[in-house]
Amino acid sequence: MKLRFLIPLLVLTVLVGFSWAGLYRDPGLVPSPFVGKPAPRLNLPEIRNPERIISNDDFLGQVSLLNVWATWCVGCRQEHDTLLRIARLGVVPIYGLNYKDNRDNALAWLDQLGDPYVATAFDGDGLVSIDWGVYGAPETFLIGPDGTVLYKHVAPLTWETWSDELLPRVLDARKNLQ
Amino acid sequence: MTARILIVTVLLLSGMSLFAIDTEEPFDDPQLQARYDQLIDEFRCLVCQNQPISDSNAGLAVDLRREIHRMISEGASDAQVRSFLVERYGDFVLYRPPFKPTTWLLWAAPFLLVAAGLTIAIVILRRRREMVSAADTIDTDEDTTGAL
Repeated sequence: MKLRFLIPLLVLTVLVGFSWAGLYRDPGLVPSPFVGKPAPRLNLPEIRNPERIISNDDFLGQVSLLNVWATWCVGCRQEHDTLLRIARLGVVPIYGLNYKDNRDNALAWLDQLGDPYVATAFDGDGLVSIDWGVYGAPETFLIGPDGTVLYKHVAPLTWETWSDELLPRVLDARKNLQ
Repeated sequence: MTARILIVTVLLLSGMSLFAIDTEEPFDDPQLQARYDQLIDEFRCLVCQNQPISDSNAGLAVDLRREIHRMISEGASDAQVRSFLVERYGDFVLYRPPFKPTTWLLWAAPFLLVAAGLTIAIVILRRRREMVSAADTIDTDEDTTGAL
């Protein structure tokens, strides 16, 4: 009989629990439907020499990162030093996907700030990026040696996100390679 | 006077199209246009998440409207357009989420809540009636004792 009075309290606890958890979730982070699936098609000219085409074949046989960036993107400027640091480690090659940008601006950016990318695909009209589900640069995809998307990070990379989220997955994927 | 009001109203309304965000060329076929208008209202703009892509100036929304426009003019069905977007951005892009194991509670919740509310109401009403009839018998008892 007394238990009946606990029911509203129980309901309240559940509601508070959900709301509390909701406070710490970032609604801007949308899980990528591509994780665990083959990467969408990539077939774009390299930004420096457009005769070279960057395609999904570039990812085969190695673990790679694909970083979506643009010169108009403030977050990309923020994460640039982290990208340079990661590139210097030599653990994983970083490919660039230049998104809805101006080629000259992009080249000037790479010359002035340093180029962390082994190659950068130029997606001026952003159509290929739509196929990749890009919705907010910067975004970073981790791609496995068989060309599947292993992980996606949305938001500027920091050294913490690299060492906590990306590096363990990179090492894990490399273990499977050997 | 009425004529003046009418003229002013027409003039004010004619300006509405200037505020339209959509920059795509209208379709010649009004049926296609209606499908297009309805579809772009159904998808969430991922950059500004509380707006449908019909209502957003974000670069991505402009690009997606262009893609949807192209698909419709090339004869794609509504279902094809929907799966195009869901494949790339997940169910989150839909303002009306599909009915599947992870969302059945979401869809069933209103009905479950109404059912729970009705059950509680019925239980309370029944109990109250029992109490009233119980009180009635007590009253008559008291009356008889009073009379004695």
